Amino acid sequence: MKNYWQIFKKGIVAENPIFVLALSLCPALAVTSSATTALTMGLSVMFVISMNNIVVSLTRKVVNPKVRVPVYITSIATIVTVVQLVLQAYAPDLYDALGIYLALIVVFAIILARAESFASKNKVVPSFFDGFGMGSGFCVALVIIGIIRELLGAGSIFGVKILGDWYNAPLIMILPAGGFILIGYLVAAWKILTTHMEKKQAERGEA
Amino acid sequence: MEYLTLFLGAVVVNNFVLTKFLGLCIFFGVSKNLSASVGMGMAVTAVMVMSSALAWLVYHFILFPFGLTFMTTAVFVLLIASFVQLLEMVIKKHAPALYNMWGIYLLLIATNCIVLSVPLLNIESNYGFLLSLVNAVGSGLGFALAIILMASCREKLRLADVPKSLEGIGIAFILAGMLALAFLGFSGMI
Repeated sequence: MKNYWQIFKKGIVAENPIFVLALSLCPALAVTSSATTALTMGLSVMFVISMNNIVVSLTRKVVNPKVRVPVYITSIATIVTVVQLVLQAYAPDLYDALGIYLALIVVFAIILARAESFASKNKVVPSFFDGFGMGSGFCVALVIIGIIRELLGAGSIFGVKILGDWYNAPLIMILPAGGFILIGYLVAAWKILTTHMEKKQAERGEA
Repeated sequence: MEYLTLFLGAVVVNNFVLTKFLGLCIFFGVSKNLSASVGMGMAVTAVMVMSSALAWLVYHFILFPFGLTFMTTAVFVLLIASFVQLLEMVIKKHAPALYNMWGIYLLLIATNCIVLSVPLLNIESNYGFLLSLVNAVGSGLGFALAIILMASCREKLRLADVPKSLEGIGIAFILAGMLALAFLGFSGMI
């Protein structure tokens, strides 16, 4: 059980897909102008990456390594289509808000990277936890960005007004430029956090 | 006139990288040096135009008539990925010089959001065949413009004294933010 926790945890902090690996950045900026769309995107990716890791892990002995990439892409595309159809049917507003970026989950580097580097070499259960951890890390990063941008840019979180009328929202946070700059600083903050944690761990290891 | 508006719009006003955040992986990955980013820009433009044409034909002659539009995403991804692979083989065989210059970028593009998104957006906006091509050329050149600007800035930045925590990808993001701000100036143009 502890091993699974380790696999799960590394996706969230030490190898956070967005802040550390800097993979799949497009959605991190495009859908994070509000926390709600960021959360939906995060959950969709979490689902796709976990499911895909299971499929890849189950078929890892059947698939010829030469054709593995097309097989992975087909599997991912199928799962993404399922997510698209479900959202279109039950949450049409969110589907519209996410727009083209939902279809683009298919080509997220992080999903292919996890299938290639982890799920194709490991058993089903660890693969699931790896996908789940990476997906959660992605989701957490997206929601953090979404909350900050929505709070600063519109004075609300998840559509609920937090800051009163006195708050004169700077438009730049909703605009692309603000997103880029904010992520730059968040990446830096993450780096400080992880180096601090590593230092602590090293100290504990020595003591 | 319609074509010109669309073209200019795709290059500067709705620049894919800086206003729609597409193709960021290669935008940050390859923009470390200038010559690589020129090659990447050209390769992306070429692939984008050809795959837009292909995707348009497949959508309007196969997917739509047979009522298979729900499969658009899956079909386009496979179509583009296999097309790029094919292109790579052909170039390797018939134009080795070209392959040595730009070959490595082709594989990076095979599954990339900017190449997939242009065909998808063309279908979504109901563009005709020619209009789709114009949009693809414009978007590709817009990408090239953004990545070349970015690479030039990053080459200069190498000499600067950046705080330790911001080194690498952090400062690159802030730089991209500045570029996006600059491109905001175009927003009222069309």
